[in-house]
Amino acid sequence: MNHLPLIIKREYLTKVRNKSFIVMTILSPIIMIALIAVVGYLSQLNNNKTRTISVLDESELVTDVFQNTEHTKYNLLNNVSLDDAKTIVEEAETYGLLYIPKQDSIDALVKHIKFYSKETPSLSVISSLESKLENRLRDVKLQEQGIDLDKLTASRTKVNIAQESFIGEKTSKIDSYFKLGFGLAAGYLLFMFIIIYGNMIMRSIIEEKTSRIIEVIISSVKPIQLMLGKIIGTSLAGITQFVIWIIIGSILMTVVSAIFGIDLMQQTPQSEMVQQAMENPEVAMEMQNLIAAFYNLPIANLIIAFILFFIGGYLLYSSLYAAIGAAVDNETDTQQFMLPIIMPLVLAVYIGIFTVIEDPHGTVSTIFSFIPFTSPVVMLMRIPFGVPIWQQVLSFLLLVGTFMLTVWFAAKIYRVGILMYGKKPSYKELIKWIKY
Amino acid sequence: MKNLLEAHAVSKNFGDFTALNKVSISVPKGSIFGLLGPNGAGKTTLIRVINQITMPDAGHVLLDGEPLQSHHVQNIGYLPEERGLYKSMKVGEQVLYLAQLKGLSKAEAKIRLKYWFDRLEIGDWWNKKIQELSKGMAQKIQFVVTVLHEPKLLIFDEPFSGFDPINANLIKDEILRLRDNGATVIFSTHRMESVEELCDHIALIHQSNKILDGKLTDIKRQYKTNTFEIGINAADKVALAETISQKFDTSITDFRSLNDALKLNIKLSENESANDLLSYLTTKGEVSHFVELIPSANDIFIQAVKNN
Repeated sequence: MNHLPLIIKREYLTKVRNKSFIVMTILSPIIMIALIAVVGYLSQLNNNKTRTISVLDESELVTDVFQNTEHTKYNLLNNVSLDDAKTIVEEAETYGLLYIPKQDSIDALVKHIKFYSKETPSLSVISSLESKLENRLRDVKLQEQGIDLDKLTASRTKVNIAQESFIGEKTSKIDSYFKLGFGLAAGYLLFMFIIIYGNMIMRSIIEEKTSRIIEVIISSVKPIQLMLGKIIGTSLAGITQFVIWIIIGSILMTVVSAIFGIDLMQQTPQSEMVQQAMENPEVAMEMQNLIAAFYNLPIANLIIAFILFFIGGYLLYSSLYAAIGAAVDNETDTQQFMLPIIMPLVLAVYIGIFTVIEDPHGTVSTIFSFIPFTSPVVMLMRIPFGVPIWQQVLSFLLLVGTFMLTVWFAAKIYRVGILMYGKKPSYKELIKWIKY
Repeated sequence: MKNLLEAHAVSKNFGDFTALNKVSISVPKGSIFGLLGPNGAGKTTLIRVINQITMPDAGHVLLDGEPLQSHHVQNIGYLPEERGLYKSMKVGEQVLYLAQLKGLSKAEAKIRLKYWFDRLEIGDWWNKKIQELSKGMAQKIQFVVTVLHEPKLLIFDEPFSGFDPINANLIKDEILRLRDNGATVIFSTHRMESVEELCDHIALIHQSNKILDGKLTDIKRQYKTNTFEIGINAADKVALAETISQKFDTSITDFRSLNDALKLNIKLSENESANDLLSYLTTKGEVSHFVELIPSANDIFIQAVKNN
């Protein structure tokens, strides 16, 4: 008799009604958003503070590059000695003093530029000063060699190689970043989902064992039905939680940014530099390309592959979690079995991050997108870059085949393990159970 | 009289360990069948085979003449020794769930649950969580879950553990009533006084083998030692004891009585009859007590296990 819907319903309702589940579902996005808001608010405070940097330029070569900006003011000192300048800056309690001495040549000069401050200055301040000076001094050197700067600027040519595959799909660099972002998000989402809800399945099986209800249930349903029911019910609860998180998260995000007027997405320490770059018309063009890039993605393929590999990968791992839950009496005993599960997952994410970026169709990426324990994550990361359908199908079939094998294996361990109390199982023991 | 359940030469090994070695039992329809044995003898494994929780390595089980199939779970109610309920689930939801797993419709389950909850006076627990109930209360609910789908075969593994005497009696009466209404009961326990009270057939399993089975009265007849407990009033008890011991195999015993009588156990040999003994005793004094000693289930259990 098929009790599967009944079991799924019970598992789902129990999970969803559980108090800690409800609290977590509501609190998590609030905490997340609150954190982001606090960080955003603090960095805004930081950015609103105006830094005053005093400049003592004895060489008089670079004075005019120090233009005041919104957050940085330059105080140019003239006709004072270095020691006096230091005293002035220290007493005025401004950010620091940039000292450019007079030297015979620029090469000698650069060795003696110094920044004096009370505390160690921020890295971004120093590098911004360095790039200002470098640009300026390069121009000076060029002029010394008799090169007309205007002509030089006019001669600059920007090359943007348009990429197109043989079947006519147009891609670009920005496309690649976009694809990478999509792949990483998908892979990481799967990784998180497996760890959070796999553990939940494991705990609910352990709970069934410790409450000793298992034998009552198992006299009416087949163990494999119970196991699948638990996996599916818990997954549905997980999806519900995820959807609620996304909804609450986006509502809060809007509300918070409206109330506090904080642009949450934009607050990076180098926002000033980014803003400057944004004004560049070429970058603006690229931003438009970004939207085009989204439409360039093989969207139908992505969505189907995402659903299939997500479900396949999740079920594969959750059946292993179920087997572990059945094998042990309490959560502390699970540690020894967790490593072999976490390892391939972590490996998959690392391969995704390091090799798929480098070369989405290289040997390593290709091989690991076929190995069932890593394929869901790695394949999801590869697909935005265009993977031949036959590879996707083969990889998915391998995944399904392995899933059936692990379910069979997990069910074996499950049906023996759930009735086994007080034994701390070893791997040897588990192999014996499979033979029972 | 047909057998409701027959197990034929059921064997089960777990690795090198033999849990059941060609065990056969026959449970007559309408009987209360005691499945006895020391701890670890294999009782629970046999019960799990009957419940299709464990598959036997060899042998087969017939229920009502048919080989066991998965739909038979609806005909069996099982109260395991290791039992529990979902702690954080409400009583009502939980029993409905378990009843539906046994194949009852939700509506039907509700009607029957109302009957049973009223009968055991636990109606107001419906919305409580199991963790708010005492162990005995939870046991009552488990009992209801076991019998709710009106199975032909009921299997109770240590049903009285965790009950106070009043509730144990209540449950015992319910078991007897279910038997009278046509159910067959398999009853696994260590508590011999309840075997004595309830069972009409028993099987004894020891170290994976069945060492004894049959009707309880037949087994008792088989195990009786032809020993009689007597009380006889006499002036000189020591002399009388000496006289009797020369003619019969005697030993001193004690039992509650109002008389200060000589109390003896007398074991008769096969060619001596109880009447001969009684008429001999009446010549020696006034007989105040004369009872044949019937072995208790406990004695039989211990003796059978020892002999093996």
